[in-house]
Parts: sequence; C-alpha cells; structure tokens
Amino acid sequence: MSNIKIRAKASNGVTTVKSLMSHEMETGLRKDKKTGEAIPAHFIQEVTAKWNDQVVMTALWSSGVSKNPYLSFKFNGGAAGDTVEITWVDNKGASESATAEIS
Amino acid sequence: MIDAKRRILLKGSLGAGAIGVAVTAGLITPSTVLAAWPEAAFKATDPASALKGLLGTDATETSDQVMIKAPDIAENGAVVPVTVESSAEGVKSISIIASGNGTPLIASFELGENAAPFVSTRIKMAKTADVVAVVQTDAGILSAAKPVKVTIGGCGG
Repeated sequence: MSNIKIRAKASNGVTTVKSLMSHEMETGLRKDKKTGEAIPAHFIQEVTAKWNDQVVMTALWSSGVSKNPYLSFKFNGGAAGDTVEITWVDNKGASESATAEIS
Repeated sequence: MIDAKRRILLKGSLGAGAIGVAVTAGLITPSTVLAAWPEAAFKATDPASALKGLLGTDATETSDQVMIKAPDIAENGAVVPVTVESSAEGVKSISIIASGNGTPLIASFELGENAAPFVSTRIKMAKTADVVAVVQTDAGILSAAKPVKVTIGGCGG
C-alpha cells in the first residue's frame, strides 16, 4: 500500500490534482531530546507528476516543505479515466509512487 | 562536529556557485542543470544567492501577474499553507522562498507543457518574514511577496 494519496478531478478542461504524501521531512536541524544528537536530514527532494505518460510537473524540494507534504497543482487537459502518477524520491534515495484515475 | 560538517557544506555550496556562473555563460543548458537537484540553491543561506543558484540571476521584477496566497498570521510555523498562481504567459517554473529561513529556498516547481501556473503546498517558516513567489516566464522573472507573521517557528527543535 502506497503512502501517497491522490485526488484528481477534471472540470472545464482543467484537471486539478491534490495529493498528500507521508514523509517525516526532517530538516537536520532538530535535536533528539534525549540524546541531544542532531536528527539527520531526511526529506523528499524531487516529486514528479505524470498525466498518462507525460510529465506535467517536476517539483524540487528542500526540507522546508512541511512534514507529510501536501501538494496541489493543475494542468490543462485530462479526462475521466486518465491516470495521474506521482513519484517522489528522497535524499536517502528512497522512492514511492502511486497512481490515481481522474474523476 | 556538526558545526564542522556545516562549514564543509557551506564551502561546497560556494564551489557549486561556479555552476551557476557556467549556466549564465551558456556553457550548460538550464534543462540539464534543472534535471538534477540544485544543491547550491537549496543550501544558499540568503534569498539572492538561492535565486542565483536556481535561475542564474537574482534580478526579479515585482509583478501583479503573480498571486501569492498565505495566511497573515501563522500560529504554527511548521505548517504554513502557500498557494501561488500566475496570469503570465509561458510560465516555466514557480519557486517559493521563505526569506527568514536559514536556507530560504523551499521549493521549485518546473512546469511541463500542459501544466497550469498554479501550485499549492505547505511550508515551514522559522520566523516572521516575507514569503516570496518567483515565477520564471519566457519574458523574464516575476515575483510577489507576502509577509507572514509566525508565532511559533517550525524549523528547529
């Protein structure tokens, strides 16, 4: 089960996509309260959004994006039944991907 | 120990600044650079050098064609909703900068052919500062700022 939630809705020729990813988005500035040691940075660096096979948006992020990131964007075109795919890659090389159908 | 590492990172980002120079000189096409995560821009500690690292220049024009929506007061700096829209033609990318953060560049969205100039996300803000939206278009780089008052910072521990 993927940890990316996607909602995509087409209306008047424009598709609006809303997504929620689950990620700690650690800045590397916080310290562990018990040990006093810094918690290493761990955040999503790149998010790619695809409509069918076409890339509509690439987001490059720092750790300044909030924990469990929310991302919404729009693109021209899209019809019910088309797929929207969102993939993220974090600074440790982990990656996650999910698809949803446009409604 | 950690501080030492940080110094190294800073040195590293200074070195990477040379890449930005190479871009403006046309040695590397922006698309090949943007395909990778622009480390120098994200490590930059002030908005101007972040923009230079990202777009090759910090010359932006304040424009009402860039609409930025953010709260006047953010009670929790860890979660500040920001929405950026533009009515400009040929928008290539939208970037969000929190001027008061240690590393101000929050995010840069590269828009594909069909993308509409609209992004909405939630960002962390260390303190009260301007949130700046920078929109790169065919005609130039446009920006708009919105001051956000932060009552509890959201970057440290």
